[in-house]
Amino acid sequence: MDIAWPRRLGFAVIVTVLAALAPARAQGRIEVVTSFSILADFAKNVGGDRTDVTTLVGPNGDVHVFTPSPEDARKVAAAKLVVVNGLGLEGWLPRLVQASGGKATIVVATRGIPPRKPAVGQRPGRRDGEDAVDPHAWQSVPNAKIYVANIRDALISADPAGEAAYRTNTAAYLMKLDALDREIREAVAQIPLARRKVISTHNAFSYFEAAYGVAFIAPQGVSTDSEPSARDIAATITQIRAAKIPAIFLENLSDDRLIQRIAAETGARVGGTLYSDSLSDEKGDAPTYIDMVRHNIKALTSALTN
Amino acid sequence: MIYDALVAPFTDFEFMRRALAAVIGLAIGGAPIGVFLMLRRMSLVGDAMAHAILPGAAIGFLLSGLNLFAMTAGGLIAGFAVAILAGVVARNTELKEDASLATFYLASLALGVTIVSIKGTNIDLLHVLFGNILAMDDQTLLLVAINATITLAVLAVIYRPLVIECVDPLFLRTVSRAGAPAHLAFLALIVVNLVSGFQALGTLLAVGLMVLPASIARFWSRDITGMMMIAVVSAMLSGYAGLVLSFHSKVPSGPAIILVAAALYVVSVLFGSVGGMVRQLFPAPHLEA
Repeated sequence: MDIAWPRRLGFAVIVTVLAALAPARAQGRIEVVTSFSILADFAKNVGGDRTDVTTLVGPNGDVHVFTPSPEDARKVAAAKLVVVNGLGLEGWLPRLVQASGGKATIVVATRGIPPRKPAVGQRPGRRDGEDAVDPHAWQSVPNAKIYVANIRDALISADPAGEAAYRTNTAAYLMKLDALDREIREAVAQIPLARRKVISTHNAFSYFEAAYGVAFIAPQGVSTDSEPSARDIAATITQIRAAKIPAIFLENLSDDRLIQRIAAETGARVGGTLYSDSLSDEKGDAPTYIDMVRHNIKALTSALTN
Repeated sequence: MIYDALVAPFTDFEFMRRALAAVIGLAIGGAPIGVFLMLRRMSLVGDAMAHAILPGAAIGFLLSGLNLFAMTAGGLIAGFAVAILAGVVARNTELKEDASLATFYLASLALGVTIVSIKGTNIDLLHVLFGNILAMDDQTLLLVAINATITLAVLAVIYRPLVIECVDPLFLRTVSRAGAPAHLAFLALIVVNLVSGFQALGTLLAVGLMVLPASIARFWSRDITGMMMIAVVSAMLSGYAGLVLSFHSKVPSGPAIILVAAALYVVSVLFGSVGGMVRQLFPAPHLEA
Protein backbone atom coordinates (compact mmCIF):
# COMPACT_ATOMS: atom_id res chain seq x y z
CA MET A 1 0.00 0.00 0.00
CA ASP A 2 3.04 2.32 0.12
CA ILE A 3 2.47 3.24 -3.50
CA ALA A 4 -0.96 4.64 -2.78
CA TRP A 5 0.33 6.71 0.12
CA PRO A 6 1.73 9.78 -1.67
CA ARG A 7 -1.46 10.06 -3.65
CA ARG A 8 -3.59 9.99 -0.56
CA LEU A 9 -1.36 12.55 1.03
CA GLY A 10 -1.78 14.76 -2.03
CA PHE A 11 -5.53 14.37 -1.86
CA ALA A 12 -5.54 15.28 1.82
CA VAL A 13 -3.49 18.39 1.11
CA ILE A 14 -5.84 19.44 -1.68
CA VAL A 15 -8.90 18.95 0.53
CA THR A 16 -7.31 20.95 3.34
CA VAL A 17 -6.38 23.79 1.03
CA LEU A 18 -9.82 23.85 -0.52
CA ALA A 19 -11.46 23.81 2.88
CA ALA A 20 -9.29 26.72 3.91
CA LEU A 21 -10.09 28.65 0.77
CA ALA A 22 -13.83 28.08 0.77
CA PRO A 23 -14.85 30.40 3.63
CA ALA A 24 -12.70 33.20 2.24
CA ARG A 25 -14.50 33.01 -1.06
CA ALA A 26 -17.91 32.91 0.56
CA GLN A 27 -17.35 36.03 2.63
CA GLY A 28 -20.56 38.03 2.63
CA ARG A 29 -21.97 36.25 -0.39
CA ILE A 30 -24.80 33.74 -0.56
CA GLU A 31 -23.46 30.35 -1.65
CA VAL A 32 -25.80 28.93 -4.29
CA VAL A 33 -25.25 25.49 -5.79
CA THR A 34 -27.20 24.46 -8.88
CA SER A 35 -27.46 21.02 -10.35
CA PHE A 36 -26.57 21.93 -13.94
CA SER A 37 -25.38 24.77 -16.11
CA ILE A 38 -28.71 26.22 -17.28
CA LEU A 39 -29.95 26.67 -13.71
CA ALA A 40 -26.61 28.28 -12.84
CA ASP A 41 -27.15 30.82 -15.60
CA PHE A 42 -30.62 31.66 -14.23
CA ALA A 43 -29.28 31.94 -10.68
CA LYS A 44 -26.42 34.22 -11.75
CA ASN A 45 -28.83 36.52 -13.55
CA VAL A 46 -31.09 36.76 -10.51
CA GLY A 47 -28.41 36.84 -7.84
CA GLY A 48 -26.02 39.24 -9.50
CA ASP A 49 -23.01 40.01 -7.32
CA ARG A 50 -24.73 39.15 -4.05
CA THR A 51 -24.42 35.44 -4.75
CA ASP A 52 -21.71 32.96 -5.53
CA VAL A 53 -23.13 30.43 -7.96
CA THR A 54 -21.47 27.08 -8.62
CA THR A 55 -22.84 24.22 -10.64
CA LEU A 56 -22.37 20.51 -10.07
CA VAL A 57 -22.72 19.41 -13.70
CA GLY A 58 -20.69 21.85 -15.73
CA PRO A 59 -21.06 23.01 -19.33
CA ASN A 60 -21.34 20.18 -21.87
CA GLY A 61 -21.89 17.69 -19.05
CA ASP A 62 -24.79 15.26 -19.03
CA VAL A 63 -26.95 15.70 -15.95
CA HIS A 64 -28.75 12.41 -16.66
CA VAL A 65 -25.71 10.26 -16.02
CA PHE A 66 -23.90 12.41 -13.48
CA THR A 67 -22.20 10.79 -10.49
CA PRO A 68 -21.33 13.19 -7.69
CA SER A 69 -17.80 13.30 -6.31
CA PRO A 70 -16.68 14.13 -2.74
CA GLU A 71 -15.85 17.63 -3.99
CA ASP A 72 -19.49 18.04 -5.03
CA ALA A 73 -20.63 16.95 -1.58
CA ARG A 74 -18.37 19.62 -0.09
CA LYS A 75 -19.91 22.29 -2.34
CA VAL A 76 -23.40 21.22 -1.33
CA ALA A 77 -22.48 21.17 2.37
CA ALA A 78 -21.24 24.75 2.13
CA ALA A 79 -24.25 26.03 0.22
CA LYS A 80 -27.09 28.06 1.62
CA LEU A 81 -29.34 27.33 -1.33
CA VAL A 82 -29.42 24.33 -3.68
CA VAL A 83 -31.35 24.91 -6.90
CA VAL A 84 -32.62 21.81 -8.67
CA ASN A 85 -34.78 21.30 -11.72
CA GLY A 86 -37.02 18.63 -10.28
CA LEU A 87 -39.39 16.57 -12.47
CA GLY A 88 -37.12 13.60 -11.86
CA LEU A 89 -34.02 15.06 -13.50
CA GLU A 90 -31.69 14.90 -10.51
CA GLY A 91 -32.58 11.73 -8.65
CA TRP A 92 -29.18 11.75 -6.98
CA LEU A 93 -29.39 15.21 -5.43
CA PRO A 94 -31.58 14.74 -2.34
CA ARG A 95 -29.29 11.91 -1.24
CA LEU A 96 -26.25 14.08 -1.86
CA VAL A 97 -27.64 16.91 0.26
CA GLN A 98 -28.43 14.48 3.03
CA ALA A 99 -25.08 12.74 2.85
CA SER A 100 -23.14 16.00 2.83
CA GLY A 101 -24.71 17.00 6.14
CA GLY A 102 -25.48 20.47 4.81
CA LYS A 103 -28.37 22.63 5.89
CA ALA A 104 -29.12 24.04 2.46
CA THR A 105 -32.66 24.81 1.41
CA ILE A 106 -33.57 22.93 -1.76
CA VAL A 107 -35.39 24.99 -4.36
CA VAL A 108 -37.31 23.15 -7.04
CA ALA A 109 -37.16 25.55 -9.96
CA THR A 110 -39.98 23.89 -11.92
CA ARG A 111 -42.54 24.37 -9.14
CA GLY A 112 -45.78 25.52 -10.72
CA ILE A 113 -45.00 24.20 -14.22
CA PRO A 114 -47.47 21.58 -15.43
CA PRO A 115 -45.38 18.51 -16.39
CA ARG A 116 -45.56 17.04 -19.88
CA LYS A 117 -44.86 13.64 -21.33
CA PRO A 118 -41.75 13.32 -23.51
CA ALA A 119 -42.41 14.29 -27.12
CA VAL A 120 -40.15 11.60 -28.47
CA GLY A 121 -40.02 8.01 -27.22
CA GLN A 122 -37.98 6.64 -24.38
CA ARG A 123 -34.37 7.61 -24.13
CA PRO A 124 -32.41 4.46 -24.88
CA GLY A 125 -31.03 2.54 -21.96
CA ARG A 126 -33.21 4.12 -19.32
CA ARG A 127 -35.83 2.47 -17.21
CA ASP A 128 -39.55 2.93 -17.67
CA GLY A 129 -41.17 5.42 -15.38
CA GLU A 130 -38.05 7.52 -15.17
CA ASP A 131 -39.12 9.18 -18.37
CA ALA A 132 -42.82 9.32 -17.64
CA VAL A 133 -42.33 13.08 -17.30
CA ASP A 134 -40.15 15.18 -19.56
CA PRO A 135 -37.89 17.18 -17.22
CA HIS A 136 -36.64 19.57 -19.92
CA ALA A 137 -39.19 22.26 -19.03
CA TRP A 138 -36.69 25.08 -19.64
CA GLN A 139 -36.97 24.57 -23.40
CA SER A 140 -40.01 26.85 -23.39
CA VAL A 141 -39.24 30.46 -22.49
CA PRO A 142 -42.51 31.05 -20.56
CA ASN A 143 -41.40 28.17 -18.34
CA ALA A 144 -37.96 29.71 -17.98
CA LYS A 145 -39.68 32.77 -16.53
CA ILE A 146 -41.28 30.56 -13.87
CA TYR A 147 -37.84 29.10 -13.10
CA VAL A 148 -36.45 32.59 -12.64
CA ALA A 149 -39.36 33.69 -10.44
CA ASN A 150 -38.93 30.60 -8.23
CA ILE A 151 -35.22 31.25 -7.86
CA ARG A 152 -35.91 34.92 -7.03
CA ASP A 153 -38.39 34.03 -4.29
CA ALA A 154 -36.02 31.49 -2.79
CA LEU A 155 -33.13 33.96 -2.78
CA ILE A 156 -35.29 36.60 -1.12
CA SER A 157 -36.29 34.27 1.71
CA ALA A 158 -32.67 33.14 2.12
CA ASP A 159 -31.27 36.68 2.06
CA PRO A 160 -34.03 39.23 2.87
CA ALA A 161 -31.49 42.06 2.88
CA GLY A 162 -30.98 41.67 -0.85
CA GLU A 163 -34.66 41.74 -1.80
CA ALA A 164 -34.51 45.00 -3.72
CA ALA A 165 -31.44 43.90 -5.73
CA TYR A 166 -32.97 40.52 -6.56
CA ARG A 167 -36.21 42.11 -7.71
CA THR A 168 -34.39 44.59 -9.96
CA ASN A 169 -32.15 41.89 -11.45
CA THR A 170 -35.10 39.59 -12.05
CA ALA A 171 -37.21 42.27 -13.66
CA ALA A 172 -34.40 43.11 -16.08
CA TYR A 173 -33.80 39.44 -16.92
CA LEU A 174 -37.52 38.73 -17.39
CA MET A 175 -37.64 41.58 -19.91
CA LYS A 176 -34.87 39.88 -21.87
CA LEU A 177 -36.72 36.58 -21.71
CA ASP A 178 -39.89 38.24 -23.00
CA ALA A 179 -37.95 39.64 -25.92
CA LEU A 180 -36.47 36.18 -26.53
CA ASP A 181 -39.95 34.65 -26.50
CA ARG A 182 -41.13 37.16 -29.11
CA GLU A 183 -38.04 36.44 -31.17
CA ILE A 184 -38.84 32.73 -31.25
CA ARG A 185 -42.47 33.30 -32.17
CA GLU A 186 -41.48 35.61 -35.01
CA ALA A 187 -38.92 33.11 -36.26
CA VAL A 188 -41.42 30.26 -36.19
CA ALA A 189 -44.00 32.44 -37.95
CA GLN A 190 -41.54 32.71 -40.86
CA ILE A 191 -41.74 28.94 -41.37
CA PRO A 192 -44.69 27.78 -43.50
CA LEU A 193 -47.23 25.91 -41.38
CA ALA A 194 -46.78 22.61 -43.22
CA ARG A 195 -43.03 22.66 -42.67
CA ARG A 196 -43.09 23.09 -38.90
CA LYS A 197 -41.90 19.57 -38.12
CA VAL A 198 -38.59 17.80 -37.80
CA ILE A 199 -37.66 14.18 -37.30
CA SER A 200 -35.48 13.82 -34.27
CA THR A 201 -34.26 11.44 -31.66
CA HIS A 202 -34.06 14.26 -29.14
CA ASN A 203 -36.59 13.68 -26.38
CA ALA A 204 -36.06 17.06 -24.78
CA PHE A 205 -38.38 19.27 -26.77
CA SER A 206 -41.95 18.50 -25.70
CA TYR A 207 -42.25 21.86 -23.89
CA PHE A 208 -40.79 23.63 -26.90
CA GLU A 209 -43.26 21.83 -29.14
CA ALA A 210 -46.20 22.80 -26.93
CA ALA A 211 -45.16 26.44 -26.68
CA TYR A 212 -44.13 27.16 -30.26
CA GLY A 213 -45.82 24.54 -32.45
CA VAL A 214 -42.80 22.90 -34.07
CA ALA A 215 -43.41 19.15 -33.99
CA PHE A 216 -40.60 16.78 -32.99
CA ILE A 217 -41.39 13.42 -34.55
CA ALA A 218 -39.57 10.27 -33.46
CA PRO A 219 -38.05 8.19 -36.23
CA GLN A 220 -39.40 4.66 -36.50
CA GLY A 221 -36.71 2.10 -35.91
CA VAL A 222 -33.71 4.31 -35.36
CA SER A 223 -33.90 4.94 -31.66
CA THR A 224 -30.67 3.72 -30.16
CA ASP A 225 -27.06 4.13 -31.09
CA SER A 226 -26.67 0.44 -31.82
CA GLU A 227 -26.04 -0.48 -35.43
CA PRO A 228 -29.23 0.04 -37.45
CA SER A 229 -30.61 -2.65 -39.76
CA ALA A 230 -31.60 -2.00 -43.34
CA ARG A 231 -35.20 -2.25 -42.19
CA ASP A 232 -34.72 0.57 -39.66
CA ILE A 233 -33.26 2.87 -42.29
CA ALA A 234 -35.99 1.97 -44.80
CA ALA A 235 -38.71 2.63 -42.20
CA THR A 236 -37.25 6.03 -41.36
CA ILE A 237 -36.98 6.97 -45.04
CA THR A 238 -40.55 5.87 -45.76
CA GLN A 239 -41.78 7.84 -42.77
CA ILE A 240 -39.97 11.03 -43.77
CA ARG A 241 -41.29 10.74 -47.32
CA ALA A 242 -44.87 10.01 -46.23
CA ALA A 243 -45.08 12.81 -43.67
CA LYS A 244 -43.08 15.18 -45.89
CA ILE A 245 -40.80 16.09 -42.99
CA PRO A 246 -38.43 18.79 -44.19
CA ALA A 247 -35.53 18.40 -41.74
CA ILE A 248 -33.74 15.73 -39.73
CA PHE A 249 -31.96 16.13 -36.43
CA LEU A 250 -30.59 12.68 -35.81
CA GLU A 251 -27.50 13.21 -33.74
CA ASN A 252 -27.22 9.88 -32.07
CA LEU A 253 -26.73 7.98 -35.29
CA SER A 254 -23.06 7.21 -35.02
CA ASP A 255 -22.26 7.47 -38.70
CA ASP A 256 -22.57 10.88 -40.25
CA ARG A 257 -22.64 9.32 -43.71
CA LEU A 258 -25.78 7.41 -42.77
CA ILE A 259 -27.56 10.67 -41.96
CA GLN A 260 -26.37 12.15 -45.26
CA ARG A 261 -27.69 9.05 -47.05
CA ILE A 262 -31.14 9.40 -45.44
CA ALA A 263 -31.18 13.08 -46.33
CA ALA A 264 -30.18 12.43 -49.93
CA GLU A 265 -32.89 9.84 -50.32
CA THR A 266 -35.71 11.89 -48.79
CA GLY A 267 -34.79 15.40 -49.84
CA ALA A 268 -34.86 16.42 -46.18
CA ARG A 269 -32.29 18.86 -44.88
CA VAL A 270 -29.80 17.85 -42.20
CA GLY A 271 -30.12 20.16 -39.23
CA GLY A 272 -27.30 21.30 -36.99
CA THR A 273 -26.74 20.70 -33.32
CA LEU A 274 -29.56 21.31 -30.88
CA TYR A 275 -28.58 22.00 -27.28
CA SER A 276 -30.94 20.33 -24.87
CA ASP A 277 -29.41 19.45 -21.51
CA SER A 278 -26.56 21.82 -20.93
CA LEU A 279 -24.90 25.01 -22.03
CA SER A 280 -21.61 25.03 -23.89
CA ASP A 281 -18.45 26.52 -22.41
CA GLU A 282 -17.57 30.19 -22.85
CA LYS A 283 -16.22 29.76 -26.37
CA GLY A 284 -19.08 27.55 -27.59
CA ASP A 285 -22.32 28.36 -29.36
CA ALA A 286 -24.40 28.50 -26.21
CA PRO A 287 -22.61 29.94 -23.17
CA THR A 288 -25.85 31.31 -21.68
CA TYR A 289 -29.48 30.25 -21.71
CA ILE A 290 -30.47 33.03 -24.08
CA ASP A 291 -27.65 32.13 -26.45
CA MET A 292 -28.67 28.50 -26.29
CA VAL A 293 -32.28 29.20 -27.25
CA ARG A 294 -31.14 31.54 -30.03
CA HIS A 295 -28.78 28.88 -31.34
CA ASN A 296 -31.51 26.21 -31.36
CA ILE A 297 -34.05 28.45 -33.07
CA LYS A 298 -31.49 29.40 -35.69
CA ALA A 299 -30.69 25.74 -36.35
CA LEU A 300 -34.39 24.98 -36.68
CA THR A 301 -35.31 27.90 -38.92
CA SER A 302 -32.36 27.49 -41.24
CA ALA A 303 -33.32 23.84 -41.72
CA LEU A 304 -37.05 24.48 -42.09
CA THR A 305 -37.45 27.67 -44.13
CA ASN A 306 -37.49 27.30 -47.88
CA MET B 1 -44.88 -11.60 -53.57
CA ILE B 2 -41.44 -12.95 -54.32
CA TYR B 3 -40.73 -9.76 -56.21
CA ASP B 4 -41.74 -7.72 -53.16
CA ALA B 5 -39.48 -9.71 -50.92
CA LEU B 6 -36.39 -10.02 -53.10
CA VAL B 7 -36.36 -7.17 -55.61
CA ALA B 8 -38.55 -4.36 -54.29
CA PRO B 9 -36.14 -3.34 -51.48
CA PHE B 10 -33.59 -2.46 -54.14
CA THR B 11 -35.95 -0.69 -56.53
CA ASP B 12 -37.58 1.35 -53.75
CA PHE B 13 -34.51 2.47 -51.85
CA GLU B 14 -31.34 3.90 -53.27
CA PHE B 15 -29.34 3.08 -50.15
CA MET B 16 -30.09 -0.61 -50.75
CA ARG B 17 -28.85 -0.39 -54.35
CA ARG B 18 -25.69 1.33 -53.18
CA ALA B 19 -25.16 -1.27 -50.47
CA LEU B 20 -25.55 -4.04 -53.02
CA ALA B 21 -23.06 -2.39 -55.38
CA ALA B 22 -20.59 -2.04 -52.51
CA VAL B 23 -20.95 -5.69 -51.53
CA ILE B 24 -20.38 -6.79 -55.12
CA GLY B 25 -17.28 -4.62 -55.40
CA LEU B 26 -15.99 -5.96 -52.12
CA ALA B 27 -16.66 -9.54 -53.23
CA ILE B 28 -14.73 -9.09 -56.47
CA GLY B 29 -11.69 -7.62 -54.73
CA GLY B 30 -11.72 -9.38 -51.39
CA ALA B 31 -12.75 -12.95 -52.12
CA PRO B 32 -9.75 -13.88 -54.35
CA ILE B 33 -7.41 -12.43 -51.76
CA GLY B 34 -9.21 -14.50 -49.17
CA VAL B 35 -8.51 -17.64 -51.18
CA PHE B 36 -4.77 -16.95 -51.16
CA LEU B 37 -4.90 -16.05 -47.47
CA MET B 38 -6.52 -19.39 -46.76
CA LEU B 39 -4.06 -21.34 -48.89
CA ARG B 40 -1.17 -19.65 -47.10
CA ARG B 41 -2.78 -20.22 -43.68
CA MET B 42 -3.04 -16.50 -43.04
CA SER B 43 -6.80 -16.25 -42.60
CA LEU B 44 -6.49 -14.42 -39.29
CA VAL B 45 -4.31 -11.67 -40.75
CA GLY B 46 -7.34 -9.47 -41.34
CA ASP B 47 -8.17 -9.16 -37.67
CA ALA B 48 -4.56 -8.44 -36.79
CA MET B 49 -4.48 -5.74 -39.46
CA ALA B 50 -7.54 -4.03 -37.98
CA HIS B 51 -5.42 -3.30 -34.91
CA ALA B 52 -2.19 -2.64 -36.74
CA ILE B 53 -3.56 0.47 -38.43
CA LEU B 54 -4.21 2.27 -35.14
CA PRO B 55 -0.92 4.21 -34.80
CA GLY B 56 -1.21 5.50 -38.35
CA ALA B 57 -4.77 6.62 -37.78
CA ALA B 58 -3.69 8.24 -34.51
CA ILE B 59 -0.84 10.15 -36.13
CA GLY B 60 -3.19 11.27 -38.89
CA PHE B 61 -5.55 12.46 -36.17
CA LEU B 62 -2.76 14.31 -34.34
CA LEU B 63 -1.66 16.10 -37.50
CA SER B 64 -5.01 17.12 -38.89
CA GLY B 65 -7.78 16.37 -36.44
CA LEU B 66 -10.77 14.23 -37.30
CA ASN B 67 -9.97 14.19 -40.98
CA LEU B 68 -11.06 10.96 -42.61
CA PHE B 69 -8.56 11.24 -45.43
CA ALA B 70 -5.56 11.88 -43.19
CA MET B 71 -6.56 9.11 -40.84
CA THR B 72 -7.08 6.63 -43.66
CA ALA B 73 -3.76 7.54 -45.23
CA GLY B 74 -2.05 7.12 -41.87
CA GLY B 75 -3.77 3.78 -41.39
CA LEU B 76 -2.63 2.63 -44.82
CA ILE B 77 0.97 3.56 -44.07
CA ALA B 78 0.92 1.83 -40.69
CA GLY B 79 -0.70 -1.25 -42.21
CA PHE B 80 1.92 -1.36 -44.99
CA ALA B 81 4.74 -0.97 -42.51
CA VAL B 82 3.49 -3.80 -40.33
CA ALA B 83 2.70 -6.13 -43.22
CA ILE B 84 5.96 -5.53 -45.04
CA LEU B 85 8.17 -5.69 -41.95
CA ALA B 86 6.45 -8.90 -40.91
CA GLY B 87 6.85 -10.27 -44.43
CA VAL B 88 10.54 -9.38 -44.57
CA VAL B 89 11.23 -10.99 -41.20
CA ALA B 90 9.26 -14.09 -42.12
CA ARG B 91 11.11 -14.55 -45.39
CA ASN B 92 14.60 -13.96 -44.04
CA THR B 93 14.53 -15.59 -40.63
CA GLU B 94 13.27 -18.72 -38.96
CA LEU B 95 10.19 -16.96 -37.56
CA LYS B 96 7.00 -17.88 -39.38
CA GLU B 97 4.67 -15.34 -40.94
CA ASP B 98 1.93 -15.65 -38.30
CA ALA B 99 4.30 -15.15 -35.35
CA SER B 100 6.13 -12.21 -36.89
CA LEU B 101 2.85 -10.58 -37.88
CA ALA B 102 1.46 -11.06 -34.38
CA THR B 103 4.58 -9.42 -32.96
CA PHE B 104 4.43 -6.45 -35.26
CA TYR B 105 0.73 -5.89 -34.93
CA LEU B 106 0.86 -5.99 -31.14
CA ALA B 107 3.76 -3.54 -31.11
CA SER B 108 1.83 -1.35 -33.52
CA LEU B 109 -1.31 -1.50 -31.40
CA ALA B 110 0.68 -0.58 -28.28
CA LEU B 111 2.25 2.34 -30.11
CA GLY B 112 -1.17 3.47 -31.27
CA VAL B 113 -2.64 3.34 -27.77
CA THR B 114 0.36 5.31 -26.51
CA ILE B 115 -0.02 8.01 -29.12
CA VAL B 116 -3.74 8.32 -28.47
CA SER B 117 -3.20 8.63 -24.71
CA ILE B 118 -0.45 11.23 -25.12
CA LYS B 119 -2.96 13.37 -26.94
CA GLY B 120 -5.27 12.72 -24.02
CA THR B 121 -8.40 12.22 -26.07
CA ASN B 122 -10.84 9.45 -25.44
CA ILE B 123 -12.36 9.43 -28.90
CA ASP B 124 -12.45 5.92 -30.25
CA LEU B 125 -10.36 6.61 -33.34
CA LEU B 126 -10.99 3.23 -34.91
CA HIS B 127 -14.69 3.67 -34.46
CA VAL B 128 -14.48 6.92 -36.40
CA LEU B 129 -12.70 5.13 -39.20
CA PHE B 130 -15.14 2.28 -39.52
CA GLY B 131 -18.06 2.82 -41.84
CA ASN B 132 -21.42 1.22 -42.40
CA ILE B 133 -22.63 -0.62 -45.49
CA LEU B 134 -25.94 1.27 -45.42
CA ALA B 135 -24.20 4.64 -45.70
CA MET B 136 -22.51 4.45 -49.09
CA ASP B 137 -21.84 7.87 -50.54
CA ASP B 138 -20.37 8.38 -54.00
CA GLN B 139 -16.87 8.74 -52.67
CA THR B 140 -16.96 5.48 -50.74
CA LEU B 141 -18.48 3.55 -53.62
CA LEU B 142 -15.76 4.87 -55.88
CA LEU B 143 -13.16 3.77 -53.35
CA VAL B 144 -14.58 0.24 -53.30
CA ALA B 145 -14.65 0.10 -57.11
CA ILE B 146 -11.08 1.42 -57.53
CA ASN B 147 -9.96 -1.01 -54.91
CA ALA B 148 -11.51 -4.00 -56.70
CA THR B 149 -9.97 -2.91 -60.00
CA ILE B 150 -6.47 -2.49 -58.60
CA THR B 151 -6.72 -5.78 -56.75
CA LEU B 152 -7.69 -7.72 -59.86
CA ALA B 153 -4.96 -6.08 -61.95
CA VAL B 154 -2.21 -6.71 -59.42
CA LEU B 155 -3.40 -10.24 -58.77
CA ALA B 156 -3.25 -10.93 -62.50
CA VAL B 157 0.38 -9.79 -62.57
CA ILE B 158 1.57 -11.72 -59.55
CA TYR B 159 -0.72 -14.70 -60.06
CA ARG B 160 1.81 -17.27 -61.28
CA PRO B 161 4.52 -16.79 -58.64
CA LEU B 162 1.85 -16.51 -55.96
CA VAL B 163 0.21 -19.79 -56.93
CA ILE B 164 3.51 -21.64 -57.25
CA GLU B 165 4.59 -20.34 -53.89
CA CYS B 166 1.40 -21.61 -52.32
CA VAL B 167 2.00 -25.15 -53.55
CA ASP B 168 5.78 -25.45 -53.78
CA PRO B 169 7.80 -22.52 -52.43
CA LEU B 170 11.11 -24.38 -52.75
CA PHE B 171 10.54 -24.98 -56.44
CA LEU B 172 9.78 -21.29 -56.96
CA ARG B 173 13.01 -20.33 -55.20
CA THR B 174 15.05 -22.51 -57.50
CA VAL B 175 13.54 -21.25 -60.74
CA SER B 176 12.74 -17.59 -60.07
CA ARG B 177 13.40 -14.60 -57.88
CA ALA B 178 9.79 -13.37 -58.20
CA GLY B 179 8.70 -15.00 -54.94
CA ALA B 180 9.64 -12.18 -52.56
CA PRO B 181 8.27 -9.27 -54.62
CA ALA B 182 5.07 -11.19 -55.30
CA HIS B 183 4.66 -11.94 -51.63
CA LEU B 184 5.18 -8.31 -50.63
CA ALA B 185 2.80 -7.10 -53.34
CA PHE B 186 0.26 -9.56 -52.02
CA LEU B 187 0.68 -8.24 -48.47
CA ALA B 188 0.22 -4.71 -49.78
CA LEU B 189 -2.99 -5.79 -51.51
CA ILE B 190 -4.30 -7.20 -48.25
CA VAL B 191 -3.66 -3.91 -46.50
CA VAL B 192 -5.28 -1.80 -49.21
CA ASN B 193 -8.32 -4.03 -49.30
CA LEU B 194 -8.72 -4.10 -45.55
CA VAL B 195 -8.18 -0.42 -44.87
CA SER B 196 -10.52 0.71 -47.62
CA GLY B 197 -12.93 -2.00 -46.54
CA PHE B 198 -12.83 -0.82 -42.92
CA GLN B 199 -13.43 2.73 -43.97
CA ALA B 200 -16.30 1.82 -46.21
CA LEU B 201 -17.93 -1.06 -44.42
CA GLY B 202 -16.54 -1.69 -40.94
CA THR B 203 -14.18 -4.37 -39.70
CA LEU B 204 -16.60 -7.25 -39.54
CA LEU B 205 -17.71 -6.96 -43.12
CA ALA B 206 -14.30 -6.20 -44.60
CA VAL B 207 -12.59 -9.16 -42.95
CA GLY B 208 -15.63 -11.44 -43.08
CA LEU B 209 -16.28 -11.10 -46.80
CA MET B 210 -12.62 -11.82 -47.42
CA VAL B 211 -12.22 -14.92 -45.28
CA LEU B 212 -15.55 -16.75 -45.17
CA PRO B 213 -16.16 -17.13 -48.92
CA ALA B 214 -12.68 -18.61 -49.31
CA SER B 215 -13.45 -21.20 -46.64
CA ILE B 216 -16.71 -21.99 -48.42
CA ALA B 217 -14.97 -22.34 -51.77
CA ARG B 218 -12.47 -24.83 -50.34
CA PHE B 219 -15.26 -27.38 -50.06
CA TRP B 220 -16.39 -27.11 -53.66
CA SER B 221 -13.31 -26.95 -55.81
CA ARG B 222 -9.80 -28.38 -55.98
CA ASP B 223 -8.14 -25.86 -58.26
CA ILE B 224 -7.40 -22.26 -57.41
CA THR B 225 -9.30 -20.76 -60.34
CA GLY B 226 -12.43 -22.68 -59.38
CA MET B 227 -12.01 -21.67 -55.75
CA MET B 228 -11.70 -18.01 -56.65
CA MET B 229 -14.81 -18.12 -58.84
CA ILE B 230 -16.83 -19.88 -56.16
CA ALA B 231 -15.52 -17.53 -53.47
CA VAL B 232 -16.54 -14.45 -55.45
CA VAL B 233 -19.99 -15.87 -56.23
CA SER B 234 -20.65 -16.95 -52.66
CA ALA B 235 -19.49 -13.57 -51.35
CA MET B 236 -21.94 -11.83 -53.70
CA LEU B 237 -24.69 -14.25 -52.74
CA SER B 238 -24.07 -13.68 -49.03
CA GLY B 239 -24.06 -9.95 -49.57
CA TYR B 240 -27.36 -9.96 -51.44
CA ALA B 241 -29.09 -12.42 -49.12
CA GLY B 242 -27.73 -10.65 -46.05
CA LEU B 243 -29.08 -7.30 -47.22
CA VAL B 244 -32.49 -8.81 -47.93
CA LEU B 245 -32.44 -10.47 -44.50
CA SER B 246 -31.51 -7.20 -42.84
CA PHE B 247 -34.30 -5.48 -44.75
CA HIS B 248 -36.98 -7.89 -43.58
CA SER B 249 -35.74 -8.51 -40.07
CA LYS B 250 -34.10 -6.28 -37.51
CA VAL B 251 -30.63 -7.75 -37.89
CA PRO B 252 -28.00 -5.07 -38.60
CA SER B 253 -26.70 -5.40 -42.15
CA GLY B 254 -23.04 -6.22 -41.51
CA PRO B 255 -23.76 -9.11 -39.15
CA ALA B 256 -26.62 -10.28 -41.40
CA ILE B 257 -24.28 -10.63 -44.39
CA ILE B 258 -21.67 -12.48 -42.36
CA LEU B 259 -24.31 -14.75 -40.81
CA VAL B 260 -25.55 -15.74 -44.27
CA ALA B 261 -21.96 -16.49 -45.28
CA ALA B 262 -21.52 -18.55 -42.12
CA ALA B 263 -24.68 -20.52 -42.94
CA LEU B 264 -23.31 -21.19 -46.43
CA TYR B 265 -20.09 -22.31 -44.77
CA VAL B 266 -21.93 -24.82 -42.55
CA VAL B 267 -23.76 -26.21 -45.58
CA SER B 268 -20.44 -26.49 -47.39
CA VAL B 269 -18.73 -28.25 -44.50
CA LEU B 270 -21.52 -30.82 -44.46
CA PHE B 271 -22.30 -31.30 -48.12
CA GLY B 272 -19.33 -29.89 -50.00
CA SER B 273 -18.20 -31.98 -52.95
CA VAL B 274 -14.54 -31.69 -51.92
CA GLY B 275 -14.04 -33.17 -48.47
CA GLY B 276 -17.50 -32.36 -47.13
CA MET B 277 -18.39 -34.45 -44.08
CA VAL B 278 -21.38 -36.16 -45.62
CA ARG B 279 -19.35 -37.02 -48.71
CA GLN B 280 -16.68 -38.56 -46.51
CA LEU B 281 -19.24 -40.70 -44.69
CA PHE B 282 -20.92 -41.87 -47.87
CA PRO B 283 -18.23 -41.83 -50.53
CA ALA B 284 -19.43 -41.97 -54.10
CA PRO B 285 -18.63 -45.32 -55.74
CA HIS B 286 -15.39 -45.28 -57.65
CA LEU B 287 -15.61 -45.65 -61.36
CA GLU B 288 -14.96 -49.26 -62.11
CA ALA B 289 -12.94 -50.32 -65.03
